[in-house]
Amino acid sequence: MVHIKRLQEDGIDILSIVGEIDASSSIELDLAIAKSVGEGFKKILVDCSALEYISSAGLGVFMSYIEELRDKKISLVLYGLKERVFNTFSILGLADLLNIRSNRQEAKTLVNELSV
Amino acid sequence: MSYQFNIGCSLNNLKGVREFIRNSLTGQGVSDLEMGAIVLALDEMCSNLMIHAHHCNPDHHITINIHIPTKSQFVFEIIDDGSMFDINQFQEPEIDSLVHEKRKGGLGIRLVKTIMDKIEYVQEEGKNVCRLTKSV
Repeated sequence: MVHIKRLQEDGIDILSIVGEIDASSSIELDLAIAKSVGEGFKKILVDCSALEYISSAGLGVFMSYIEELRDKKISLVLYGLKERVFNTFSILGLADLLNIRSNRQEAKTLVNELSV
Repeated sequence: MSYQFNIGCSLNNLKGVREFIRNSLTGQGVSDLEMGAIVLALDEMCSNLMIHAHHCNPDHHITINIHIPTKSQFVFEIIDDGSMFDINQFQEPEIDSLVHEKRKGGLGIRLVKTIMDKIEYVQEEGKNVCRLTKSV
């Protein structure tokens, strides 16, 4: 089960993922990112501090947005990943394809730099 | 030592699979990171099987066995009677092409092959047995 909360701060859309993302729940992540993109946000942060688990279904969602975000000049930064969650990204070498920072402040700084 | 778990092919049961693996491996000297990786690999294998061989039909069942023949060695068996879905026969796509083609599949197989030491398929008593071996 996963819950995704959204709030806006200084023009940044912040998606907070709470729970676990697997093949049964990855659609929730997909819908949340699609909504943020659809509403025209250029800066998106994904708060992963309460993300307990992610499987390839969730990783695939992030991967599937890489080109669209690039084309639409939208910056997306993940932050607050637990070690075991980060490890899942690392095993596949995805940590280098996505923007990942350790905390919200660093993530905010990066998302602002990227969208200059 | 060995453990067994039976589930219907519903993706809602993946959480139960993860709990079963975690509970069975607790106290076996597996580090948090290794535990996370093993749990992930079994989740990926079961979701693949549920989706591709059983079309998520909850009336179809799969069985997971865990054998621990010696300390730090684990053998996981996933048993079903659907059509065999052998991931060794499946060439996982390159990461670059996954980004480009926006495919949301193929990553799971790459994860399992990276995490597990050995992946074998055999037929036993008319059933498909996928045997995954991992030493920690």
